[in-house]
Amino acid sequence: MQDLGIDVLFKGTNFLRLLQGLWVSVEISLISVVISILLGLLVGILMTFKNPVLRAVLKVYLEIVRIMPQMVLLFIVYFGTTRVFGWDLSAETSAIFVFCFWGTAEMGDLVRGSIKSISKIQFESSFALGMNKIQTYRYVILPQTIRRLIPLSINLITRMIKTTSLVMMIGIVEVLKVAQQIIEANRKASPNAAFGVFAVVFLLYFLVCWPISRLSVYLEKRWAL
Amino acid sequence: MKKNLFNKVTGLALVSALAMTGLTACSSTGAAGSNTANNTASSDTDNSESSSQGFRTLDEIKESGVINIGVFSDKSPFGYVDENGDYAGYDVYLAERLGQDLGVEINYVSTEAANRIEYLQTGKVDIILANFTVTEERAQEVDFALPYMNVALGVVSPEGAVIDSLDSIGADDQVIVISGTTAETYLTKNYPDIKLQKYDAYAEAKTAFENGNGVAWANDNTEVIAFSLENEGYVVGIPSLGDQDTIAPAVTKGNETLLAWLNDELVALGSENFFHAGYEATLLETYGADYEDTLVIEPSKN
Repeated sequence: MQDLGIDVLFKGTNFLRLLQGLWVSVEISLISVVISILLGLLVGILMTFKNPVLRAVLKVYLEIVRIMPQMVLLFIVYFGTTRVFGWDLSAETSAIFVFCFWGTAEMGDLVRGSIKSISKIQFESSFALGMNKIQTYRYVILPQTIRRLIPLSINLITRMIKTTSLVMMIGIVEVLKVAQQIIEANRKASPNAAFGVFAVVFLLYFLVCWPISRLSVYLEKRWAL
Repeated sequence: MKKNLFNKVTGLALVSALAMTGLTACSSTGAAGSNTANNTASSDTDNSESSSQGFRTLDEIKESGVINIGVFSDKSPFGYVDENGDYAGYDVYLAERLGQDLGVEINYVSTEAANRIEYLQTGKVDIILANFTVTEERAQEVDFALPYMNVALGVVSPEGAVIDSLDSIGADDQVIVISGTTAETYLTKNYPDIKLQKYDAYAEAKTAFENGNGVAWANDNTEVIAFSLENEGYVVGIPSLGDQDTIAPAVTKGNETLLAWLNDELVALGSENFFHAGYEATLLETYGADYEDTLVIEPSKN
């Protein structure tokens, strides 16, 4: 059997460091995901409003997020704010800010799409039953919206988890960076380590994303009409 | 029915929000060790920024008790992290000594080739020691201290047909290069008659060279030297070709107090042959003793 170099993970504290790196990724992404979902619901509802100023502001916001690569956003927030305003944000704060900024916009747009897809009759029937706007959203529209949102938002969440690998560019040592460090430190002793180590990293990402994916399947079944 | 569903969703959201607050609270206390160093450093950067400098002077660094040094964490043997999670390598060997002589703790920041200048310009690190090659363009953005290592191009060839001068390459012979490297630029510009065989990745170029697709392989001299030592039957015929570049520490543009201290320190270290000792401790294993004087510079006043 060809040596895959997985043994380098058992040297010293390597495996522990890899898990610590994974925790850094998971921590940044989960905090961002929770904030993004909550803010995204709000922004999504605001996006459906007819107010032209609000619409324009949200449109610009969404376009900025769509156009800018996350890497550029990270650089702007981490280095740019120091340069321009003299703020010294920590790398973790910058990363969470950027991921929330991105996640809220995309989540908001998903929410907007889901609300729009609910037929007008639902609104009209609720009003006819004497519900006001808030009641209509709370009891009729949002529950249906959330059901439609599950598969869409799971895609976004797993994408956010995987994109955390970019935070190495602002000096955060996360799971992928630790993997590169381990491979590079053993370049001479086990040149094939890249394969084994990246395979383990793949497995770790899978272990994080898979339960989320299962939860989505469960919720979809549970809430199916 | 619908009310029921909504309650469940709110419940779920609340629980997860609570769980997250719990988790963040735990982790912020858990990671206190490394974070404190960061925080002290940042609050001091804030102070200096209020006086609109964008960097910390020598006295401010000494006062804070921590120096932020940007190093590579995955470029063995220059800057890497060993199996115990400690930074090591030729650049780190110097960093450790600087911290010791300055009497401060070192907070290592893991940098990438692409963000080294940003880190200095924003004052997020005090010194970059990340295999930083001195170029004119970079010297306009940051201040380089005295160099402590040479880099140049090198050419490796098989033992049976050693190429020790580029003039001895025949009209039909091909030289292997990796696209986008200084070797490609240099040969295209200065030796337009030499036929180049270009590969995108190191691994492809290596395989092609081992299969005899080209008479020689041109790359950074550290790379070809390491290759010839790791693979039997190959010799570096030309160990140093083209423009002699140097590797030096860099500080934020205008940080005169730190630059002056750094230069004095480097000269003092040079007079005790510190960098030869550093080579022997970190690079010898990869590059062998033959190239020690080609690669190492002991900084001196001139």
